[in-house]
Amino acid sequence: MSHHLVSAADLRFAYPDGTEALRGVSFVIHHGESVGLVGANGAGKSTLLLHLAGALLPTSGQVRVGDWPVTASTLPQIRRSLGLVFQDADDQLFMPTVGDDVAFGPLNLGLPPAEVDRCVAAALERVGAAHLRDRPSHRLSGGEKRLAAIAAVLSSSPDILVMDEPSANLDPAARRRILSLLRSFEHTKIVASHDLDLVLDVCARTIVLHEGRVAADGPSAEILADARLLEPVRLEPPLRLQACPRCGGAAR
Amino acid sequence: MAGLESALAHLGSIEALAARATPVHRLDPRAKLLTTGAFLATVVSFGPRQVIPLLPLALYPVALGALGDVPARPVLARLALASPFVLLVAIWNPLLDRAPALAIGGLVVSGGWLSFASILLRFCLTLGAALVLVAVTGFDATCAALGRLGAPRILVEQLLLLHRYLFVLVDEAARLLRAHALRAPEARRPGLRVAGSMLGQLLLRTLARAQRIHRAMLCRGFDGVLRRRGALRLRAVDLAFTGGWCAFFALARAVDLPRLLGGLALGAGR
Repeated sequence: MSHHLVSAADLRFAYPDGTEALRGVSFVIHHGESVGLVGANGAGKSTLLLHLAGALLPTSGQVRVGDWPVTASTLPQIRRSLGLVFQDADDQLFMPTVGDDVAFGPLNLGLPPAEVDRCVAAALERVGAAHLRDRPSHRLSGGEKRLAAIAAVLSSSPDILVMDEPSANLDPAARRRILSLLRSFEHTKIVASHDLDLVLDVCARTIVLHEGRVAADGPSAEILADARLLEPVRLEPPLRLQACPRCGGAAR
Repeated sequence: MAGLESALAHLGSIEALAARATPVHRLDPRAKLLTTGAFLATVVSFGPRQVIPLLPLALYPVALGALGDVPARPVLARLALASPFVLLVAIWNPLLDRAPALAIGGLVVSGGWLSFASILLRFCLTLGAALVLVAVTGFDATCAALGRLGAPRILVEQLLLLHRYLFVLVDEAARLLRAHALRAPEARRPGLRVAGSMLGQLLLRTLARAQRIHRAMLCRGFDGVLRRRGALRLRAVDLAFTGGWCAFFALARAVDLPRLLGGLALGAGR
């Protein structure tokens, strides 16, 4: 099942204004792995995610998704196997209704109408948002928009799910819902987030980015508990790994 | 700022009416669009000084609104909102054209006032019909109908995306204005220099968002064609709707119905 493998080899990218966002990033992610991508603001997380989906192409180095190197000519194959959920759901929900949006990917894959309807119903059901099908996207709450955006990506049946800040701007209940949803997915997952508690819950492995380079890569339980590793890269251990502020007792 | 946000809410309120399920809502959007198109063509084909012969045409938007359960208030409110532009155009006619054109009893009405009334009436009929059309069809279904009737694909897609992101844009503008109001409590509105840079900000944010949306579309396999679900189906009742109304428009155009009815009433009275 090599088509579930994601790798980057000495990936470098500079924006047109000269800002170097990625300065030699390398990693290999295997089938079924769940990987957290963490780093301070400007560490290069979002830029890296855009490279995985081929929305940006590297200045040098290579990204591979499955059997394909990510290049302009392989984009259709890449985008069939990898689904990217954007940070701002408003960027992603551009169709008039939620149902139209969830149908967008399957329609572009050329599926017959009955199959498209089945995909839409299944994806909405999967995220518990079947009741939102006929609602206009701009009238949803933040949590509902996030669910719709995830359903919109799931409907194309990608093998690899890539998410940019899935818990940003959500209330605790909506965050909890997204969290249990993420845990229930069996896809290969790559989750970029500042919510280190979520990363600890969802991802077995964590890659720490700092100034466009990989600063650490290993089991989440070890990396996220290592305050001395996290401090220089402007991060802190997840709240539940920190000592209790009231009694001073150590966390679990 | 509040004005901007309430305008946005109003914009959505007409659209929200399209979710109702009356027989008019169930008609094929193409039938309603074509009929409204024929209605608009009929209204604008009347002469510049014709007022009374136009009146029977009001039946179409009124009947469509009544059958579609569209409340009058939001439609009238939007007519009032747009009316200053039309008044500005029409108000010159009574000043420029003072030749008497009509005498009603002892009252002599100049050609200018007649054309003034005709412009206002046409404005109410055309915009009213368009608003009622959106209220009983929905903007998206109207766009889908436009596409199916052969309107250029790029135009239909632009309209759809414009409608979708109008809300996001106004939201963004409202946030900018609110940020300004909070830090400049004395100023009622931004000065020219500040307004310029705010507009620039809005443009840059819009461009950045457009780029992100385009990326999101590409990531889900967009190849330049916006595909939609659901097929439209023309039924006999749709054809009857369009045919019936078009026949009425043709009759109203060919025959001066008010004069005819007046004549009949007078004839019957004698």
